Amino acid sequence: MAEALKKTPLWEAHVALGGKLVPFAGFEMPVQYPSGITTEHQAVRTAAGLFDVCHMGEFILKGPQALDFIQKITVNDASKVAVGQVQYTAMCLENGGIIDDLLVYRDAEHWMLVVNASNKEKDLAWVEGHAAAFDVDLVDASDETALLALQGPRAAEILQPLTGTDLGGIGYYRFAAGEVAGVEGMISRTGYTGEDGFELYIPAGAAMKLWDALMGAGAEGGGLTPTGLGCRDSLRLEMGYALYGNDLDEEHTPLESGLGWITKLDKGDFLGREALVAQKEAGIKRRLVGMKLMDRGFPRHGYPVVAGGEEVGVVTSGVVSPSLGLGIALGYVPSELASPGTEVGVRIRDKVIPAVIQRPPFYTGGSLRR
Amino acid sequence: MSDIPEGLLYTEEHEYLKPGEEDDVYLVGITDYAQGELGDVVYVELPEVGASFDKMEPFGTIEAVKAVSDLYCPVRAEILEVNAALEEDPALINSDPYGEGWMIKIRVEDVDQLTGTMDAVAYSSLVGG
Repeated sequence: MAEALKKTPLWEAHVALGGKLVPFAGFEMPVQYPSGITTEHQAVRTAAGLFDVCHMGEFILKGPQALDFIQKITVNDASKVAVGQVQYTAMCLENGGIIDDLLVYRDAEHWMLVVNASNKEKDLAWVEGHAAAFDVDLVDASDETALLALQGPRAAEILQPLTGTDLGGIGYYRFAAGEVAGVEGMISRTGYTGEDGFELYIPAGAAMKLWDALMGAGAEGGGLTPTGLGCRDSLRLEMGYALYGNDLDEEHTPLESGLGWITKLDKGDFLGREALVAQKEAGIKRRLVGMKLMDRGFPRHGYPVVAGGEEVGVVTSGVVSPSLGLGIALGYVPSELASPGTEVGVRIRDKVIPAVIQRPPFYTGGSLRR
Repeated sequence: MSDIPEGLLYTEEHEYLKPGEEDDVYLVGITDYAQGELGDVVYVELPEVGASFDKMEPFGTIEAVKAVSDLYCPVRAEILEVNAALEEDPALINSDPYGEGWMIKIRVEDVDQLTGTMDAVAYSSLVGG
């Protein structure tokens, strides 16, 4: 018998709003609300959307060797992360394959790793297995932690009246402890949409209270829409953000997956480093690239990428961009075809739709300011 | 609750046949239930006017954000007309599935083939009414 799906603390809110619930990473999650994915997408681009991302995993790390440990298990240089800062990074197998991509938060007394829900159990086992050699305490706080993402150009004006924390003082990829609508938590200026916005980490028991307060405040200011996983996917694809399980997996290394910029081979030893150094020396043979379709078509995960009549690669994520009105995709192609402007094709059933390699983001009108 | 108008014929593939101006002419589209399940329609690919399809032969495809689905011809028929408005505005299938969101107008070759379809009551119980 299949394991029962978990519910986030906001499940009742989704049901009350008429959300369409689907299984995702072991949770019953809203893929959309009655207004539909396109409307929700535009709401985030033009006003604001509120996402339930409680399914994400949070691991708390403490102890004298917490930094050393994080350096060992991640590819980015965590020593560069200041207190109050967030870093995008990844964990690799010894062979360089990506275990997961994640965020690292540095607080005064502890660190927090935020991992993909779909990988949480795998990540926990991996992190626990390597923690034994370090003087570090590891706690899986996922069940007690709720996470709401408020995203869109109006996010700050909706959130500011609900908190005494000056949001202007929190820069991109920074966070601060704070109270929002009477709920103590962490206000993080991060997101997965290409818009300005905040991710709010709070105790699970307070999730509904915060959701209601945000929806109330957003309705008054106008334009705040509950938003589901469907538009989360189209929003992140317009930015070219990779998604684990689609674009990232254990079969590909960060050097192949467009994550070379977070892979600091010279920071010292870390898991997967030797394999990555060897791969870099041998030359990267395939790369994750952005592709823009030049004709009508909806690129989807698994569709072949063709060049010169040959199948040369594969689409790993795709969508018809609601902002651009044309098909956009991420996918792997041989390195010699990875340069922007290179013409390829995407096979959609019996047709090959011409496509051009383009460096993401596909959408450049976002309110995100780095 | 999805809208299931009386007076139309329905198929297990969630298509409807709406009686047209002649006894053997019908407008075909997908039901309100089907558009709700598919979500926002992005593209619809429709056949050439004059083409003929067997019963259950795919006559086109419908691309929604989540998935692509084949459209099956509910009966052996000839295509008399396709709804050109869907090219520009496929969202009509979501907003008005039984009206402006119709897809093809067909001439049914053998009206006896329509006996396999459902009325509104039967279709309503299929989709959990």
